[in-house]
Amino acid sequence: MAVVSSESIPVASEPDVVVVRRRVRETASTIGLSLVDQTKVVTAASELARNTLIYGGGGTMQLESLNGPRLGIRLTFQDKGPGIADIELALRDGFTTGSGLGLGLGGTKRLVNEFQIESRVGEGTKVVITRWK
Amino acid sequence: MEKIPILQMGDLLLVTIQVDMHDRLAMTLQDDLTQRISQTSARGVLIDISTLEIVDSFIGRMLGNIAAISRVLGAETVVVGMQPAVAITLVELGMSLPGVRTALNVDAGMELLRQSVNGRKGNHYGSRF
Amino acid sequence: MSKSLQNRSAALAEILSTNESSLVEDWLKQMSSGVRRFDLIKESELRSQCALFLKLLRQGCESGGTDLEAAAWGPMREMMAEITRSRAQQGFTPSETASFVFSFKKPLFDRVRARYQGDAEALAAELWSATELVDSIGLYTVEAFLKSREQVIRRQQEEMLELSTPVVKLWEGILALPIIGTLDSARTQVVMETLLESIVATNSKVAIIDITGVPTVDTVVAQHLLKTVTAARLMGADCIISGVRPQIAQTIVHLGINLLDVTTKSTLSDAFALALQRTGLSMGQSQPRGA
Repeated sequence: MAVVSSESIPVASEPDVVVVRRRVRETASTIGLSLVDQTKVVTAASELARNTLIYGGGGTMQLESLNGPRLGIRLTFQDKGPGIADIELALRDGFTTGSGLGLGLGGTKRLVNEFQIESRVGEGTKVVITRWK
Repeated sequence: MEKIPILQMGDLLLVTIQVDMHDRLAMTLQDDLTQRISQTSARGVLIDISTLEIVDSFIGRMLGNIAAISRVLGAETVVVGMQPAVAITLVELGMSLPGVRTALNVDAGMELLRQSVNGRKGNHYGSRF
Repeated sequence: MSKSLQNRSAALAEILSTNESSLVEDWLKQMSSGVRRFDLIKESELRSQCALFLKLLRQGCESGGTDLEAAAWGPMREMMAEITRSRAQQGFTPSETASFVFSFKKPLFDRVRARYQGDAEALAAELWSATELVDSIGLYTVEAFLKSREQVIRRQQEEMLELSTPVVKLWEGILALPIIGTLDSARTQVVMETLLESIVATNSKVAIIDITGVPTVDTVVAQHLLKTVTAARLMGADCIISGVRPQIAQTIVHLGINLLDVTTKSTLSDAFALALQRTGLSMGQSQPRGA
């Protein structure tokens, strides 16, 4: 897999989440993702950035543009926060009717093609998502 | 700090969300709207999101909150102009925003509000003729 | 990379460079008519493919051992992918293209044998690494063929999906979307996009989704339908599901599928009548009536 470009974006405050959305949108648009797919990956990025900020105590997002086998965009969210004790629970849909409990990672997972999560209690969490063209 | 302007038209309040909001701005909007509804005894709130390209779970929850809070305060809320890509994404995320009434555009939204403000029955979410 | 490996690929490179033209000739002779396919490819084009193959093979060996995955072999991989693509278009089967590569072994091995005459161990080692290399290139063409076929099939599927979800404007503000065939998740995405865009374009308040042409409705299909209905509702349009046959109604009840408050009708005409009511009612509203 070829990484065409890579940049690191801090996720340390609320305005950073807006920057995340903007940069992901720009990259997604550059590689030619459809409007719906752009919206999905930007929304996923927004969800994960917020998690990094609120539950992870802040962290970074690595934004990579891929080429090979297809064009794609890969985002890696990393924090050194408390970690997730029960990943399976977190992956279950936390949303019912917008009362919004929990991390709701299940929904975010549906917005992307690939979703990987690693987390250790007391050490931090890393989430990698990929959206292909 | 930047604020999202709230316009008053008779007993309706109009909000147009055009900027990519960070969470604090969204919370401020919620607070401001709640205050204005109460101050003006508004009967309807119209939120225009036709230029909003991203609605994530936080904004979705905010819209739901505004609808619920305004109902308690005696006002109906209608959200108008959601973009197709946004609707598809929200549904995929698992959010259906029940309790939030919707319309295609500002005109349709005003129509909906006028109907409910005039006390016509049957326009509540869930009941159909 | 170990020194012996380095030496081997360097030796191979040397063999290739000193014998370039004779290798091409022998290779061409080696190809059986089944592989050669005089009917599909001209002599001149085949020669240039062979020459390019040799050149890239030599360059790859010179710079980076015999692992086809390595970055140094990028140009070779690209060329083989390109050759596979053009041959597929010309009508070659994937075996014929792979055999085109494999038939290079004999002329190559003849030269390797000549070079290592008398040194059985070195000869065996060199032949082994040469065969591994050529095999991996031949296999690569098969992979490339499969990949390009997948792309073609995917594209055709997308086009078919788009063609099979026509949206019809029944009346001012009323759309109809007949769904024919199964509703899987890929189809649902296309249906949603098509429907929602039509709703915006025609300013329609009601969309009738007709499922007469959907053979079975189970929990999965019902979920997809619900997704579509929910997405339309978020935008401000109501959906009515029509074409609900008695068997489907029974299945829905048996499976305990909860259609929430989605209105369903058995026929399109019933759905249309209801849709007129719903939009007609709003029209009546804007005409203030006299006392």
